[in-house]
Amino acid sequence: MDSNTLLQPNPKAARKSKRNSGYKQPWMLHLMVLPAVLLVFIFSYLPMSGLLMAFQDYKAGLGISGSPWVGLKHFRYMLENEYFLQITWNTLFFACSKIIMNLVIPFIFALLLNEVRNMGLKRSIQTLVYLPHFLSWVTLSGILIDVLAQTGLVNQFLSSVFGIKPIFFLGDGFWFRFTIIFSDVWKEFGFNTIIILAALAGINPALYEAAEVDGANRIKQTMHITIPALIPILIVVATLALGNVLNANFDQVFNLYSPLIYQQGDIIDTFVYREGLLSGQFSFATAVGFFKSLISLILIVISYRLAYKFAGYRIF
Amino acid sequence: MYHKTVSYRLFSIFNNVLLTVISIVCLLPLYHLLMVSLSSSAPANAGLVTFWPVGFTFEAYAKTFENANFLSSLWVSVQRTVLGTVLAMVINAVAAYALSKDTRVFRARNIYLWYFVVTMLFSGGLIPGYILILKLGLMNTLMALILPVTVSVYNLILLLNFFRTVPKELEEAAFIDGANHLRSFVSIYLPISMPAIATISLFTMVMHWNAYFDGLIYIKESMDLPLASFLQTVIVQADMTKFDPSIVANKSQRTLRASQIFIGALPILLVYPILQRYFVKGIVIGAVKE
Repeated sequence: MDSNTLLQPNPKAARKSKRNSGYKQPWMLHLMVLPAVLLVFIFSYLPMSGLLMAFQDYKAGLGISGSPWVGLKHFRYMLENEYFLQITWNTLFFACSKIIMNLVIPFIFALLLNEVRNMGLKRSIQTLVYLPHFLSWVTLSGILIDVLAQTGLVNQFLSSVFGIKPIFFLGDGFWFRFTIIFSDVWKEFGFNTIIILAALAGINPALYEAAEVDGANRIKQTMHITIPALIPILIVVATLALGNVLNANFDQVFNLYSPLIYQQGDIIDTFVYREGLLSGQFSFATAVGFFKSLISLILIVISYRLAYKFAGYRIF
Repeated sequence: MYHKTVSYRLFSIFNNVLLTVISIVCLLPLYHLLMVSLSSSAPANAGLVTFWPVGFTFEAYAKTFENANFLSSLWVSVQRTVLGTVLAMVINAVAAYALSKDTRVFRARNIYLWYFVVTMLFSGGLIPGYILILKLGLMNTLMALILPVTVSVYNLILLLNFFRTVPKELEEAAFIDGANHLRSFVSIYLPISMPAIATISLFTMVMHWNAYFDGLIYIKESMDLPLASFLQTVIVQADMTKFDPSIVANKSQRTLRASQIFIGALPILLVYPILQRYFVKGIVIGAVKE
């Protein structure tokens, strides 16, 4: 290629190279999404068609096309079932308690952590409290089962300091509920603190300086600058949590519960698992799961609408 | 000037002590179990171990590593973590690149995006998913543990948002030089996005390492269980103390169980310092839009 063509590029060649370059190749973009689209189709959309089972008496031998249709039989049975009401209440109770605790405790913790001036100490505290978030519920419940046993660390401590008789944390309905909520806070509060700390970091320091000049003390600054600045993020987190009121955390309950406390501890997801995969009631379990997903979907859509309305929040 | 007042200083000292105590208490149970795992089984069963090993020994760990079931599960977990993470990163990153283009370049972008987001909002649930794996003939295979969780819409959106922060000029320059999208992705986007990709890879690895439930329902062969599922069966399911505290036979396994819990958590504890450094950024990356 001589210098002449470099200075005056052939317009035909330029057009050609442009056609081959990224500007004009949407097919390549389609190709790049294709593997993900296929996987999602097989493993997310195909199972959705399996929801038809909820309206049948599904027999594994006959498949969905051959099994007899029974209309809303399973849904009617579910709603008339007293035990279903009990587990729905348990689910709501666990989920709502966790949502509230995981909002209030990280909020207070973040405010207190924000007052730690020593950066090294602040970082060490953060490192310690985030850790349980990354451990699985299998690990954590293994630890809890040991520590909360009748002769475990917690009962040893309680009896030597307060002289209390051993508490049966995982075998007594009341204490089981307490354990579920408390251990969830243990695992997640540190992680949830991050969001609030990020919002705290975004507050304009000039506000504090101005307040200082006007003679406001730290409590006044917190009440009138910090907390009002955090309200929007709290509203967003609380509204988005609405979509989770039927998610009581399967992994946690599944790894801690036992037939002893089904009445106070069983939740919708664990019930679906036992009915469906252990007892083989495929159609009934699918109906229960479908009911839960449907309510959750409605709640999620409402919560995103609200979050957008109140705080202009969007996911993408 | 509030820093200098006596009351604030008192508060500050109290506050530092309080938060330090809380954060230590958070990890005490973990530490306690570590000490149990390092003790001889007699004092551990008698409840004599608190925060120091009694009769220090690695016996429990040695026994755990002699267990053929444990070793094969460990190998299954390593396989699923490595394969699953590599596959997930390739597929999600490539798709995220395409979806990071705006509608002028990629007209179908929003349709695809909704196609993915719908699966975040609604799913077929446990039983249809189980029957699908059964029908596909994936029971008892590694792919049953990997393929269903390969596309993570959440990670895809994190990556997509990160790709959008890459300056357009870089890509335009490459296009003028005749690069196509694949080339632009590999030579421009990937190198720039390494921190985000490393973060999300680590999250994916942790997810695979910790996943136990799919193993429980899709793998019937006990030698093929991933470690997390194996531990679930030996630590949680086998725990009779939940039903009957007086069963002594089970108690003698205490140091063994503690050592298994620890080995299972060890990889997470090892990558935690790196995770911790990145994930705050990761969350910020995902939260910052436009």
